[in-house]
Amino acid sequence: MSGGISQAAFTKALLDPDRPAPASLTSPSGAPAGKRFDVYRNNVAVSLTEALGVAFPVVRKLVGDEFFTAMAGVFLRAHPPKSPILMLYGDQMPAFLEGFAPVRHLGYLPDVARLELMLREACHATDTRPIAPDALAAIPPEDLLSVRFSLAPAVRLLRSQWPVFSIWLANSEEGAPMPEMRAEDVLITRPGFDPAPQCLPAGSAAFIEALMAGASLGEALEKAEGDAAGFDLADTLALLLEGGAITSILTRDSET
Amino acid sequence: MRDDANHTPESLPPGPGVGYKPQHYSDILADPGPVCWLEIHAENYMGDGGRPLAQLRHLAGRFPISVHGVGLSIGGEGRLDPEHLSRLAHLVGWLRPASFSEHLAWSTHEGAFLNDLLPLPYTQATLARVCDHIDELQEAIGRRMLLENPSTYLAFAESEMSETDFLREVARRTGCGLLLDVNNVFVSATNQQTDPRAYIDDFPIGAVSEIHLGGHDEDGDDEGAPLLIDSHGREIADPVWALLDHTLARSGPLPVLIEWDNDVPEWPVLAGEAARAARHLEKVAA
Repeated sequence: MSGGISQAAFTKALLDPDRPAPASLTSPSGAPAGKRFDVYRNNVAVSLTEALGVAFPVVRKLVGDEFFTAMAGVFLRAHPPKSPILMLYGDQMPAFLEGFAPVRHLGYLPDVARLELMLREACHATDTRPIAPDALAAIPPEDLLSVRFSLAPAVRLLRSQWPVFSIWLANSEEGAPMPEMRAEDVLITRPGFDPAPQCLPAGSAAFIEALMAGASLGEALEKAEGDAAGFDLADTLALLLEGGAITSILTRDSET
Repeated sequence: MRDDANHTPESLPPGPGVGYKPQHYSDILADPGPVCWLEIHAENYMGDGGRPLAQLRHLAGRFPISVHGVGLSIGGEGRLDPEHLSRLAHLVGWLRPASFSEHLAWSTHEGAFLNDLLPLPYTQATLARVCDHIDELQEAIGRRMLLENPSTYLAFAESEMSETDFLREVARRTGCGLLLDVNNVFVSATNQQTDPRAYIDDFPIGAVSEIHLGGHDEDGDDEGAPLLIDSHGREIADPVWALLDHTLARSGPLPVLIEWDNDVPEWPVLAGEAARAARHLEKVAA
């Protein structure tokens, strides 16, 4: 039909502020669109930067608003959203931060982004009904080690060589203690609708990781004890039960 | 809750509604004031679970809900995203909203979602494409949709027809209804240096099933001409209320939505805008 600008050319100009506005776009007087085209450029950059700021509030706090805005501008041009569902936009942020030279000195930043991403995933995960806190008591002791658990879709586990939970907490809650340099494992559960991240004691992450992979309680226990001395099974099960993280118990009889 | 949602009527009431924001949840349930229906952005309710969906199920038992899509890219040169179509069909299927609407705009190019309502040249080629996409959408969701007029900031040299002629033809070919955003009319007319009342007078008013109102910001272009930005971040401007009166005088009472998406105020401020819309509606109801 008629000539004019393709959406490919429009998009290219939209994402590159150094390009002039495409020539067939004008003001009512026929002048080049200039600032009028910039309205669209601005809408795209500002709205996506805002979405990233809401998604990664602690990353933003750690690098400062001005730096975050500049970094978001680089990120959104390299990784525009792949779907209109912005609630999970930014899944490439941890990998982006790992390769982004200006933040290389902040080695913990990618893991902070991972934690914030997991918190959002937990928010929007499928609702499930947890088992009763005393449901394990009904299992005959001789069968206990062979049971497997289904975990809630909201459950997330992050193992970090950085004090990622302490850093997150210190930047999320007034008066939280300053982080000390150590490795930290974080469990996210979602009792009700609000994700609850917590720092795990030694061995717990290996245990939960094994359960998430479908291991039996006995197999997971072995992993945990191999991972760290002093693993406390009762405490870790209590964390999972209180967080509503276990949705069913599969015994040998119930498995089909 | 799904049973409650089943009582939702198949159209919106001809009174004031507001764009729903989660921070107003308790206020709305405690005292909705003049607000008699709610509009949600479809894409915010496409998670697997969690609080947003729980709130929506609860609200749908108490208010007619309008589902407003902001991400389908109906004007896109590429084909509609089949995954997004099925997500929309799923939402409309379980929620059974009183209305479904989308925009005369594009927002996705080759899989990249640009999160803005981007403009289209009004040509025969655009018309054919938009009509195909609307047919496809109406087929997917099993109901008639409403198409909204955009805010525009620039002109396309290749445009062959007016926006009102374009929308009239879309409605005729596809059977879709129209959502008339009166603030967008004011913003576009100011930016295109045309007469907003003439636009309303030429609009296919019989196809309109919903009106939108929102706030805009004032700026200027490179030549110093006024450039209004559709920001949805403040009160509705007085000339837009006057243009609403002009519109309602032609159309009669319609569902009127207050949109406030940025710098969202406390509930009483939003309810106050809805009350103002109710007073404008009362003037034409008699």
